[in-house]
This record gives sequence, C-alpha cells and structure tokens, in this order.
Amino acid sequence: MAAIILLAAFTAVLYLQTGQSRVERLTVATTTSLYDTGLLDLVEKAFEKNYPCYDIAFISAGTGIALQYASRGDADAVLVHAPPKEFKFMREGYGVNRRIIAYNFFLIVGPKSDPAGINGLKAVAALTRIVEAGRAGKALWISRGDESGTHSKEKALWETAGFNPERLREEAWYVEAGAGMGKTLLLANEKNAYTLSDVGTYLKYLGDGLVSLKIHVGESKELLNVYSIMAVNPEKVRGVNFKATMLLINFLTSDKGQNLLAQFGVEKYGRPLFNPAVKILQEQKNSQIARWIAEYGFMEGEECPSQYRRAQP
Amino acid sequence: MVEAFRLLASGNPEVVEVTLRSLGVSGSATLLAASFSIPLSLAIALKNFKGKPALIGFFNALIGMPTVALGLILYLLFSKAGPLGPLHLLYNPVGIMLGQAILITPLIVSFTTSALEAVDPDVRLLARTLGASHLQEAVAVVREASSGIMLAVAASFNRAVAELGIALMVGGNIKGLTRVLTTAIALETVRGEIELGIALTVILLLIVFALNLAVNLFKRRLG
Repeated sequence: MAAIILLAAFTAVLYLQTGQSRVERLTVATTTSLYDTGLLDLVEKAFEKNYPCYDIAFISAGTGIALQYASRGDADAVLVHAPPKEFKFMREGYGVNRRIIAYNFFLIVGPKSDPAGINGLKAVAALTRIVEAGRAGKALWISRGDESGTHSKEKALWETAGFNPERLREEAWYVEAGAGMGKTLLLANEKNAYTLSDVGTYLKYLGDGLVSLKIHVGESKELLNVYSIMAVNPEKVRGVNFKATMLLINFLTSDKGQNLLAQFGVEKYGRPLFNPAVKILQEQKNSQIARWIAEYGFMEGEECPSQYRRAQP
Repeated sequence: MVEAFRLLASGNPEVVEVTLRSLGVSGSATLLAASFSIPLSLAIALKNFKGKPALIGFFNALIGMPTVALGLILYLLFSKAGPLGPLHLLYNPVGIMLGQAILITPLIVSFTTSALEAVDPDVRLLARTLGASHLQEAVAVVREASSGIMLAVAASFNRAVAELGIALMVGGNIKGLTRVLTTAIALETVRGEIELGIALTVILLLIVFALNLAVNLFKRRLG
C-alpha cells in the first residue's frame, strides 16, 4: 500500500515537473555532430534567458531521423546539415522558413606520415591518391558507414572523384566503421588510416590527446558543410509550436545569436568551430564563400524560395 | 579514472540530477510493474487452467525483449501522429517509466511465478486446514516465497535502470528533463568526455551492487 502511494506521488511530481507547467516547450530535432560539440547547450541558455517563458528541448539524432521526427509532429523545428535532404523535406510540404545559420568545412585527416601523399591537395585529387595508395596496400580509409550527414557527404565526394562508393566497399583498404564520428576517429588513429571528419569532433579528440591524426585537406569548396534551421509547417503538421520556433530562428540569425556561434570553441580549441553565415549571405553576396554556400546550400537559387515561407503569427 | 572519481566526490550537480532521475524513473517503473505483476503471478501459480504452460512460456520468451525494439514500438505509439499522441508521453519521464514497466513485467511475472510454484504444497494445505480464506492462503504462499519475489523485483529494477533503448527513443535524452544514467553515458562517450562517462558508469554499477547487497542481506535475515 505504502509502495502504491509512493508511486502515485512520484508520478504526479514527474508529471507536474514536466508536461503541464507554465513554461511552453519548444522541441528541436538536431544532428549528433552539432549536439555533441556542446554548442546547443549555450544556445539553449541564451535563448531561455531572452525568452523565459520557453523551454527548449534538443533531441539529438541523425539528420534522417531528425527529419522523420519533425514530419510526425514530434519536433517543432529541425537544425541539420544535409541540403539535399532538407530540400526534399520542404518539397514534401513539411519544412518552411529555412535559414542558413552557419558553415564550416569537413576535413580529410590521416596519419602524420601521410603514406598516400595527399597533404595540401584538393579533395578530389586527394581521394584519388588514397585509392591508388590503398590498392597498392600502402594506405587505409575508414568510412563512417552509418548513413549520417557526414557519411552522405563522403559518398558524394567519392562520386565527384569518379568512384562508386558501393564498389569501394568491397575493397580491402576501405573499412566501414558503422559508428559515430568519435569512434571512427579512434579507429582511424588506431589503424593509421585516413577518414573524413567534421571539425568539431576532430578538434575535440585532438585536444584531449585521444588521436594524433593530422589535417591533410581542409577548407575547400568540395568540403563545405552548411547548417540550417527550418520550422515545421503548421498547416501540414498540426499542433507544432510555430510561434516559438520563429523566435528561435530569429534569435539564431540575430547579431547576438550569430556572435554566439562565432565565439563557440575559440577559447577551448584556439579556433572557431562554426562560422556565422547570415551576414555573409546578406552583405557579401559576391565573396567566394557566399558563392560556395549558394551553390551547395541554396534551393532554386534561394535560401528559402517564397512558396516555402509562412508568415509569423 | 582519477578525474572520474574527482567528479564523483565533488558532487557535480548534473551528475546528481541524472542519478536521482534514473533512480526515480526506474524505481517507480519497478513499483508499478510489481503492483500488477505479483497478483498476476499469484493467479497463474495458484490456479490450474488450460494453456497455463503456454502463458508461462510466453512471459519467459518476452524476458529477452530487446529494449530498442520496445523503444521503437512505444515511440510509434506515443508519437504525436500515433494513437497515444494526445497523452504527451513522448519526451516525458512518465513515458520512460511506463516503457520500463512494460519491459520488466515479463521478468517479474516469470520469476515470481516460479518462486510461488516452488513453495511446498503443504503450506497451502496447512493454511486451508486451519480454515484460511483464499486471501489468507495467498498471503501464506507469498510470505513463503518472499525471498524469490524480492530477487525478481531487484533483478527487474536492475534491468530497468540499466536499459538504454527505451530511455533514448521515448525519452530523447533531453537535458534536465529525460536524461538518465544510461543515456548520459552514451552521450558523454560519443562526445569524448570519457571521464564523465566513467563516473556515471561507476554510479550505475554502485546502484546495481548496493541493491543486490540489500537483497542478499534481506534473504539472510529471512533465514
């Protein structure tokens, strides 16, 4: 009997503490590589300080499942980095009011000794050399192999370089980790192999002395990585918190939000992990980086074509 | 490792919060599951009916239910687009609690039923000769099997507190809301915060060991 009373009391406490309090919940589905850096904890703090009546809940998942959550109404917004998948999400009527908030570059990292001799090359040339060295038994490549955003990027790069990633899987030097970025980096480090990594995870693992891999190919057009935020269309999915989502989008694209992104990681890693994109796209349209972003991250020549915009309530 | 113990000793508020939530959620899941599983086991153990072996076999088989599979099913049920969407159980600790209760029900039923069946039939006979009612008879059997039942409940709590699939898929590992020990360990490891991961693992193991120790002491006292 005592146990049942205790149980009832506990359930009530949990329920009151969470669901039906004064604070309105805003659920954002996001990708693991973004969440794992710790940036979103800061975003949450800053946003909730500005708007104390909202409570942001970040659900960290792969880009694919994040979009799936959103289309089922389990998230109010998505914060992801896979433009082709985002365009599909918008065409299906789910995503609206897309804004590009940040960019950075993927890195091709590998052993210091650089057995394939790729240091300083362009991404495509580097991958070709890795294939040659791999087939000669001198180098290894580790692939994420988990259908994440980074894995999608890797497959696209192999195709640009003229290789079929499905065929490469059968070759001995091409190893599939089937794991997250951290584990993949540890594996590459262990096996003296090359791999494609996002900046955040690489710097974190390097800084903590967990890996000694070196950056061989960095900032270049082919390795661009673009992060954007989208609201879930309230006309298509009922019950989403559109109002709060728009506040978050406005916050992230404001000077305050953009500065937060720009400064994240500078103190800890000696360089920023994310570069703010809003000003560049508005004021420096003709700069090289703005053109790269437009080419890779724009839909029909725009950040968000007008048929995918919804007025704020 | 040293860093991990420093984190433990310093009583890091996040670590404390996550630990308390794990204990609360899995503890109430165990109480909830026990509250209907023990009477159910009594009914199964004390009555003879057609299909009894099949029913027991069914619960035995469900013990091995993979937590991610149950997590996925519950996600689809609790999702806004799912049949139970209006209850707002997704991304809610109450949802994790219900999920864990469902997960461990077969374990409690199975273990409790076999503990009850192992009770010497003379106990029931004696109770009846002394003029006991059905309820009194059941109480006598439960008392006789209490150490087995305790073990079943403790094992269930261990399974609940150590599972990851449901907590991740139904809870979503939201900081300050649904983050529990196992989801925190998974996250911190991926983030490369190995020390924090170890600290949380040590806590999880301590909870499991402490509980088993308590059950053993209890059993010894029962003699």
